[in-house]
Amino acid sequence: MRALHVENLTFNWPGSENATLRIPNLSLAQGERNFLFGPSGCGKSTLLSAIAGVVDVSPGAILVANNDVGALNGGARDRFRVDHIGMIFQVFNLIPWLSALENVLLPCTFSKRRLARAGEDPAGTARHLLDELGLSDPSLVSKPANELSVGQQQRVAAARALIGKPDLILADEPTSALDEAAKAVFVDLLARECAEAGSALLFVSHDRSLEHHFDRSVDFVALNGGAA
Amino acid sequence: MLVFSLRSLWNRRFVAGLTVLAISLSVALILGVERLRDGARDSFANSASGIDLIVAPRGNSVQILMATVFGVGGTGTGMTWDSFEWLEDRPEVAWAVPIQMGDNHRGYPVIGTDASYFEHFRHSGGQLLSLAAGTILTGDGADAAVVGAEVAVRFDYAPGAVIVNAHGSGEVSFDLHDDAPFTISGVLAPTGTAVDRMVFVTLEGFDALHAEEDAPAADPLDPAAMPTDDHEDHDDHEDHGEHEGTEVKHSHEPDRINAVYVGLVDRTNVLGLQRAINERSSDAFSAVLPAVALAELWGITGTAERAMRLMAWAVALAGMIGMVVMLSATLDTRRREFAILRSVGATPTRIFALIVAEAAILTAAGLIIGLVLLTVATFVTDPILSARFGLRLGLNVFGARELATLFVIFWAGLLASLIPAVRVYRMTLADGLSVRL
Repeated sequence: MRALHVENLTFNWPGSENATLRIPNLSLAQGERNFLFGPSGCGKSTLLSAIAGVVDVSPGAILVANNDVGALNGGARDRFRVDHIGMIFQVFNLIPWLSALENVLLPCTFSKRRLARAGEDPAGTARHLLDELGLSDPSLVSKPANELSVGQQQRVAAARALIGKPDLILADEPTSALDEAAKAVFVDLLARECAEAGSALLFVSHDRSLEHHFDRSVDFVALNGGAA
Repeated sequence: MLVFSLRSLWNRRFVAGLTVLAISLSVALILGVERLRDGARDSFANSASGIDLIVAPRGNSVQILMATVFGVGGTGTGMTWDSFEWLEDRPEVAWAVPIQMGDNHRGYPVIGTDASYFEHFRHSGGQLLSLAAGTILTGDGADAAVVGAEVAVRFDYAPGAVIVNAHGSGEVSFDLHDDAPFTISGVLAPTGTAVDRMVFVTLEGFDALHAEEDAPAADPLDPAAMPTDDHEDHDDHEDHGEHEGTEVKHSHEPDRINAVYVGLVDRTNVLGLQRAINERSSDAFSAVLPAVALAELWGITGTAERAMRLMAWAVALAGMIGMVVMLSATLDTRRREFAILRSVGATPTRIFALIVAEAAILTAAGLIIGLVLLTVATFVTDPILSARFGLRLGLNVFGARELATLFVIFWAGLLASLIPAVRVYRMTLADGLSVRL
């Protein structure tokens, strides 16, 4: 079983003549860490949306842990997403009025699979993850998310993506709001935790200086060769 | 989901609090108006129960009812004692109680009557008046007075206290009958009706007071004008009290009285007697059926009641709009929040439910706080309302109609929340996970 398998994917936004995505093949093995680079605005985020089942794709084009994303209907896609995928965005990842710990536990409230895979004590697992990511201070853990620094917020977001060991983690430029030193530390921690959880990682960025943290790197423009 | 909504609202507790306050005010207002209305009606109906007819000099029936039963305003010029006796002797009449009015004691109406009042007056569904302390007018001197529960509490009166009455019905009066004081012989138990606010004196005492007024030159020490405390006289009065029956004797026969309470042998004859009284040519009388006069009164106040009710519901509507505004206004700033929830598996339906749950919490909190406000307000205003208007709201249990009102408000809140909820549903579908603001 592959964590992700994309085959002959085409997608165009409604009303647009040209295909935004035209990807013949992209595959991630279980636990594989893949770096996808390319300039801003070339469709990387659209690819992530397609994989996460937010935009409509044709059946058979995208398989996540053997689930055909295009074949799922609305509610099933939402359940599939939280069951199999952890997501990290550029910025604003957290619900501001929940504590860091509660934010981390969110996937477990929406997914039985994630809850089951988070161990007997999900809160303990969440604390452990935050601890591994450098947020061990108990006062930080119980603080409302909007009182944390951006760097701390991204680490909380990483912990949330990792809890319950999803098959695939999608990271959309998560380091763009961080300074150089913090970037490297963050990517390093994320890569290590993905390895520990056994989750595959698809990390999208325009910053090639991060490339060496990954098993494989793919040039998005070359991958998306057919598209305009 | 409910916990989640609570946390989300707590994050916006200031605005949420104001919204709840607006809803709770409207709830308190709506229920308050209804309770005030019901309280007024019950109180009035209770005060007049047991009287079949009120006979008074010709006048407006509502005015006669207000003056005699509630001590508000006055009636026309007096009736003669002959007319009273004519009335009392009619075969349909079981009992007749003479009423004199026109004086007040520190703002409370003074009623001149005799002991028969306390035998026949019924309130609150047929209860007799009972004494909290002392004795009723029977067997006491002409200067005896019985005070209602509220008067006694307000001025700290007990049997034996000496009181002075004033002419007229206003609270402020310089025309004091301080040369004819009364001694309180009894204090009535509370009834929750207008009786609590009344001072009862004997017909003799009431007359004595005005006799002196008519003859200002009279020697205040003249024993004829002063109430006597003769023991023989005392016994005499008691005898009269015990012999109440077909042949009624009154201890004192005043020249003029203001009204008569009439009880019938057979209530079905009431219309016939009313016609007989109205058609009597020697004296111009009105015979008032209390229930009919009350219905007339409610007809008059109905417009004001409807206006008040309309206002209360308008406030409720404003509260609902406030809630919709609050929920809608925050939607744009919460778009990111919804996108995050979707990324962790929340369906658009669940986010829709989140908004509806928030509205449910706000409305429910509004209902509960509104009830608390109403209870507190009732508690605070009850003594004032009862002192000024003789009506008591009481902390009554919810009626079916009140529950229905609460139910309607709750569902209106949920229904109103569909407006922002539908917007959120569409927005989350369109936004997906990538909101970049």
